[in-house]
Amino acid sequence: MAAFLVFPSYLPLGSQILATILFALSADLVLGYAGIVTLGHAAFFGTGAYTSGILAVNGWGEPISGLLAGALAAAVIGVVSGFLVLRTSGLTLLMQTLVVATLLHEAANRASSITGGDDGLQGMQMWPIFGVFRFDLFGRTAYIYCLVVLFLCWWLARRIVHSPFGRSLTGIRENVLRMHAIGAPVMRRRLVIYTISAALAGLAGGLIAQTTAFVGLGFLSLDRSGTVLIMLIIGGVGRLYGAFIGVPLYMIAQDRFSEVAPVYWYFWIGLLMVLVVVFARGGIFGLVGRLRR
Amino acid sequence: MSEAARGAMLETRGLCKSFGALQVANSIDFRLERGARHALIGPNGAGKTSFVNLVTGALTPSAGQVLIGGAEVTDLPQSERIKRGLARTFQVTALFRRLTALENVTLAIAEREGVADDLFWPSGRHQRVIEEAYVLLESLDLADDALRPVNTLAYGRQRLIEIAVALGLAPKVLLLDEPAAGVPSSETGLVAGIVERLPPDIAVLIIDHDMDLVFRLARRITVMVQGSVLVEGPPEVIAADPEVRQVYLGERQRR
Repeated sequence: MAAFLVFPSYLPLGSQILATILFALSADLVLGYAGIVTLGHAAFFGTGAYTSGILAVNGWGEPISGLLAGALAAAVIGVVSGFLVLRTSGLTLLMQTLVVATLLHEAANRASSITGGDDGLQGMQMWPIFGVFRFDLFGRTAYIYCLVVLFLCWWLARRIVHSPFGRSLTGIRENVLRMHAIGAPVMRRRLVIYTISAALAGLAGGLIAQTTAFVGLGFLSLDRSGTVLIMLIIGGVGRLYGAFIGVPLYMIAQDRFSEVAPVYWYFWIGLLMVLVVVFARGGIFGLVGRLRR
Repeated sequence: MSEAARGAMLETRGLCKSFGALQVANSIDFRLERGARHALIGPNGAGKTSFVNLVTGALTPSAGQVLIGGAEVTDLPQSERIKRGLARTFQVTALFRRLTALENVTLAIAEREGVADDLFWPSGRHQRVIEEAYVLLESLDLADDALRPVNTLAYGRQRLIEIAVALGLAPKVLLLDEPAAGVPSSETGLVAGIVERLPPDIAVLIIDHDMDLVFRLARRITVMVQGSVLVEGPPEVIAADPEVRQVYLGERQRR
């Protein structure tokens, strides 16, 4: 909210940050709570983005239904791939999530008549939200749109994490063997959270597609899956608020560094990452928590 | 005694399991009656833990049947057997190490009560489940540790919480896989004390090496050797059995 008043010229970046926070939040649900290590979360982000984007390019520019369609498509991919992938664990699981994302990436590349292939998806016409609020040139509507969606999803995620279901996910992360021994349907629980997380990632992708009016193959890339994990780790995994710290920090740093040192900005991100791993296990949020105690 | 006539709480018929040439269960017939205090002993590698895994469903038998409360469960998954009243503890403590003792027990009770699928309302709303967990810990003299993370407790206490988690499932049959393993001998009395105070109608099977514990708790003993039942009977008969002394008790003295 503060960004809205203080840095009006940064609103487009602000919207992207909000949507990416949602993406990182979705990754935190599977990684931080259920302990599912994934390198393919961009599959859901990209599916949501392409679904919302393709609808808008083909004459359905209504934002909210477009966004929900993106979430639904991502959830379908989530439930189907999760059904196959979640039977495994550890490194095998990691590789399989990567395979799912790569397959989708290649599919989007091939189907260039629909997705625009390498050039990306362009020419989206978004209708006003509720038929009233037009997406303005300065990105004010987009910013508030992203803020509202993020807030609703954060509220939902918070409910889930603190529910008995959320506690049982923590149990699965802490000790799968014991969860089986107390009769928990481990596979079903993991599949449910994987699907919810996929839907949220799809919403995040849809938001970025709608507010930037562009979707490219990079939305489905390994780079995208990896970056969101880095942002989450910097902020703190498994605490729901890590995304709110890690993502702005990373994206603002990226924005600043790339202006000052366009070639070397990755070095600074790398340095930050090393510092977090050495000095602040549990991310910045974890560090703050420890200092307070 | 009509209960016993209808069938044992836990029964296996001709249970077999082999891994390649290694036969870990060789046609095991076994019965555990209501309220039993039964011990399963045998040298290392006799197949005791494999037997537990066959009964709980962690392993699939090559042949034979498993029955809980007279109903066949051989083809049912682990979770279904737990619903029918089968609970176990692990030889090596398997708890949610970073959660508190109370949370450990609460998770088990939440599964039993079927509230763990609620993904919208706060856990605190299910007050009844948390209260039951606390009462259970209290009944085992563990209330002082209820709010401490399990990994900060002494190993002996963790073994007791391991039993508390199993009891949270309100079992009819309780399998204790070496409940005193890793516990200093000064504290094995605590474990035995808890087992002695278990509700009398629970059928308990204790798998252990600790002969003092076994002879203190068990009213019946089964001796296993190389995947087969060597002999079964009351403790005094087992202690006097020359064959048992040779393969098992004797071996222990030699060590």
